[in-house]
This record gives sequence, C-alpha cells and structure tokens, in this order.
Amino acid sequence: MKPFENVKSIVTPFDKVNVDTDQIIPKQFLKLVQKSGFGKFLFFNWRYDENENIKSDFILNDPKYDGSKILVVGDNFGCGSSREHAVWALDDYGFSVIISSSFADIFFSNCFKNGILPISLEPKIVAKLLQETSPIEVDLENQIIITSSEDISFKINSHKKKILLEGLDDIAQTFQFEDKISEFEEKSTVPSVL
Amino acid sequence: MGKTLFEKIWESHIVVEKQNEPDLIYIDRHLVHEVTSPQAFDGLRMNNRKVRRPDLTIATMDHNVPTSDRSLPILDQTSAVQIKTLENNCKDFGIKLFDINSPNQGIVHVIGPQLGITLPGSTIVCGDSHTSTHGAFGALALGIGTSEVEHVLASQTLWLEKPKTFEVRVEGKRKNPHAVTAKDIILSIIKNIGTAGGTGTVIEYRGEGIRDLSMDQRMTICNMSIEGGARAGLVAPDQKTFDYLRGREYTPKNYDSLVDSWKDTLKTDSDATFDKQFILDINDIAPQVSWGTNPEMTCNVDEPIPSSDEFSNGNANQKKGAEKALEYMDLESGTMIEDIKIDRVFIGSCTNARLEDLIEASKIVQGQKVASNVKAMVVPGSQMVKKQAEEMGLDKIFIDANFEWRAAGCSMCLGMNPDILSPGERCASTSNRNFEGRQGNGGRTHLVSPVMAAAAAINGHFVDVRKLDLN
Repeated sequence: MKPFENVKSIVTPFDKVNVDTDQIIPKQFLKLVQKSGFGKFLFFNWRYDENENIKSDFILNDPKYDGSKILVVGDNFGCGSSREHAVWALDDYGFSVIISSSFADIFFSNCFKNGILPISLEPKIVAKLLQETSPIEVDLENQIIITSSEDISFKINSHKKKILLEGLDDIAQTFQFEDKISEFEEKSTVPSVL
Repeated sequence: MGKTLFEKIWESHIVVEKQNEPDLIYIDRHLVHEVTSPQAFDGLRMNNRKVRRPDLTIATMDHNVPTSDRSLPILDQTSAVQIKTLENNCKDFGIKLFDINSPNQGIVHVIGPQLGITLPGSTIVCGDSHTSTHGAFGALALGIGTSEVEHVLASQTLWLEKPKTFEVRVEGKRKNPHAVTAKDIILSIIKNIGTAGGTGTVIEYRGEGIRDLSMDQRMTICNMSIEGGARAGLVAPDQKTFDYLRGREYTPKNYDSLVDSWKDTLKTDSDATFDKQFILDINDIAPQVSWGTNPEMTCNVDEPIPSSDEFSNGNANQKKGAEKALEYMDLESGTMIEDIKIDRVFIGSCTNARLEDLIEASKIVQGQKVASNVKAMVVPGSQMVKKQAEEMGLDKIFIDANFEWRAAGCSMCLGMNPDILSPGERCASTSNRNFEGRQGNGGRTHLVSPVMAAAAAINGHFVDVRKLDLN
C-alpha cells in the first residue's frame, strides 16, 4: 500500500446523509475482477442520466471541484454493503481524505486498507467545512486540518495512523505472529468444516 | 462482573492482544463468494501466498448467477468471467466450492446454516455485510471488505477493534404470529434505532420475543443487524439452535459433546452489562412497510406515510433526506400505505428466502392469482430450499398463481444478475435494502415480510395481512 502523504486541496462539499455504498459504486460495476479503474463509475447513477449524459446538477460534475482530493460528506457515510469497490472508486477518482461526522464501520475499515484517511469530526465542524471554499491542508502526522481561518485537530487511533503513514502491508505484519496463530490452532476446539 | 455472550466469544478467539491496538482474532469459518473475492486471490498470487486453512473455507456463487434455466450458458459475459474466476481460484487454492450445478449451491448465508457449517460460539466472516445472519446461532459473524478477505485467506485471522455491546430486548408476544413476522420486528427495531443506531456495536437480541422465534426467523432478525449499522447481531443458542444443526451434511462428528460444552457457556451472564440498550414491546406491533430509500424510513401498514417533519423530528439533514426519498419513491406524505399500488413482487434474498418464509407466503397465495398488473417471482435462498419446497408442492402453489419459480441466488435483492426492476417500477420486496437503484436503476423498493409481499402480489397493492385468515 502507498504511504499516506499530506494533502492540500479544495474540498468537494457533498451535503447528504446516509450515503450508502450502493450509491458510491452501483452493482453493475462489481462484476470486475481487478481493483483498478473504478473511478469513472464513482456515484455513477448520480453523475449520469439513463443515457449516460452528465447530470450538471451533481456536485462532482461541477468543474469547480476538478482535482479536489478531499470529500466532505454528511452523517453515516458508506453505510450498507461491504463492497470495498466503493473505496477503490473514491481512491481511483482522486480522493484521499473523506471528512464526515460519522462513518459506517465496514467502509471505515476498508479505507485504511487502501491508504484513504477517513476523518470523523463534530457535526458543527463538518458543517463549517462544507462551506469552505479555499484550499485546506490535511496533515496526518500532526493530526491537524489547516483551513484559511483556523487549525482543526482530529483524532485517529495510533495504530491506524501508523498503517497509513508507513503504508504497511497488513498480512506481512500478521505473519510475524505466525507462531501465536499455530499455537492457537493447536488448542482450538472448533472442528474443521471438511 | 459477568460477561456478555459476545465478550466470551471474542475473548476465546484472541490470538494476540495489545494495549490500545486492535486484537488479532482467530476466524473459525470463512465463506467466500464470487463478487468480493477475485481481488483477494490476486493479492495472494502477487505475493506468493497460499490459503492457510482451506479446510475452514467454503465457497459458493450467489450474487451473479442467473435464476432461470441453469442448463443454459450465462449470457452476461462479465458475470460469466467472475463466476469462472471463482472456479479457477478455488481450484488453484484448494477450496471447496459449491458451484452453479451443485445441489448445495445457494446464497452463502442460507447454505452455511443449512449445511451445518455455521456453529455456535464460532467466529465467521464473509466478504458480505449480511454475514450477520449467522449470528442467529450464537456465532460472532462479521461482514468484511476484500482486503480483509485476503487477510483471512492468508492468515485465518483479522485485526479487529473490539466493538461495544448493544442489548436489543424484544418483549411481549405477537397476537398474530403469522401476520406479524420476524421481518416486522427487525424493521421496527431499525425504524426506532436508525440506520446508524448500532454503529460500532455488536447487538445481542434477547427477551421472550426472540426466544419464541424459530431459527429461520432469528436469521431474518440477525441478517438485518447491518441495516441498523451494527457490526454484527447475535442470539444466544438454545435447544432450538442445537436441534437445528444436528445431523446436517457438515455438522461435526462430535456434535453432541460440543453441544454439552456450549450449553453452560454460550450465554450472557446474569450480572453482565451492555454499553447500550433498546427495548421493543411487540404485543401490539403491526406489519411494517418501508416507504423511503433506507430501512429506517418505515411505517406501520395501517398508517399514512409520515411528513418529512414528522420523520425528521427537527433534524434538518434527516428532513432533507426524507424529502429526497419521497421524490425518488414518487410518493406523498399522508398517502395510506394500503393505497400504494405495486408493479413487481420479489420473494427472495438472504433475509427471507428460507423454507419457512416460502411456506408462510404460500398460505396467502394458495388458490389465488397474482393481480393482472403485477409480475411476481419467488427465488428460493438455496437449491436445497428449492428442493424441499418442491417436495411440499409449494412450487405448484406459486406457479398456479402466476408467480415465477426460480433457481437459487441473490437475484433481485441487488440485481447483479438479469433480475432487475425497470426505471420507475415499484416492488414489494422481502429483501433488506431499499436504497436508490438497488434493485435496478430507477426502481422503487418497499421492504416487507414474505406474507405482506404475497398479499401485495394478489391484490396489486399493500394489504394489512392481519385482516386475512392465516391460520
């Protein structure tokens, strides 16, 4: 996984609550067997009409936000299906930070596996960031968001921070505990399936 | 202080414990399907890794599979590739696969319990959010992403932060248990706690209202835990649980001694406490119908659709969400639920396509015809459910009423196969998500129980099934 680098960009303000992963990446794109190239399908049914013409009233289609790397969204973002394709699509589109007042659990966990930083903030602060028109900077090392008017600190679990900053391979980490896993298996009372 | 069932299962599966960091948790059962696994197997290949415990891993194909004639080739080429990819991956990595022609094929959360793969006290994962279904057996069952699928394949473990505990206590007795079902209980719970009410928690469903339920019904409850935002949902095992799993194809040989060990341990201690609690009284509960675009947007069948103000209770974002939802659903607040006409009926999905669901729905359908303007289908949750239903003659009841009788798969719950709604079509569905476009771009989904779906099919609009003679 690529290590997370600090981001400076304008925010894409998407003021909607309970955005589910079915909207982030609709089902017809889950049939692909690779991880790349999902960005063009991000929010597909909201970005395009039934004839695949661009819907000009959808926020991502506003040229003002081209190149934005920071998505600011409403409460309970990423609820529903566990599909990691949602994170692959956000990543491939160019977002590396997602800011909300809350995230759904599986989506939140999937972000860290792909080098994306989800930041939870008080609803009041999220509401303010939704109005922010100047570029903001997200500094993970110092856990701070620098806006034109103030510095906003954010919380992150130290283990998750380390994973993002170092771009650690989870599985290689786990293999360091192989003897512990074998030990557990020897005393496990749950029988095999086969 | 005592411990909850969840805490006991968690603690008995810790491989590595560190301060202020996630625990490394051992996984007893890994279920794999075609949609969320290809990239995980690719990851293993790229790093020259193997599957650590193929003997704890089972695969099937369910999301993409056509439910029409299985002897025909799969027309959708991308689906065909994904299905073929799973076959190849299972062969290369030595994983047991129930393929499209297997009598054991079906929705992964229907076949797990049915084959005795799901066990009380175990940890179960699958790259699918409805893995919570298996919690009905007192297992800790978690939906995971594809990176985690790869991690479990490689190490049989996961780094997990310990969730909080949430007691949902269901009290009382339903007056008409054939009309008011497990689906209505879980939709009522979600309506009250909200779609994010369970975020960061594992729910334990307790109380008389849960004890009274059959295993098929408890699976419906646990299945939709994720729709309340929970990491997982579970029910402590009891005699019903132990009887259900006895003698199934993959039930362990030493089952009786396992049951003896579970009886005393797999329950929440009387002095244990939960981080959160919600109590639902079901004495007077009504059948539920969702009216919006997430499962908390649900009301009683004998009520009008609420206004966005009534629904949102002063929360501006929720109000906006409700307005958007009503617009998408082409509904107006104040409309009585029973006045909503439908175009399609889907009886299926990991929520409501087990044998008992089909039996209950067939009682409504028997001797009736589907309304002329409605297209209705039944998609059994597994090929085994299909066979059992056919042995009971249920297929004939549905077919005679002009329902389509299909082969097993996820089908129109998420429309990855050819079973989808057309734009604007309105569907009474026994599935779990009424998200925009879930059943087909522009499609409108109303979540209901199997009996409510069956009655809607016959009448062409929603009907309060409490008015029907269901005994």
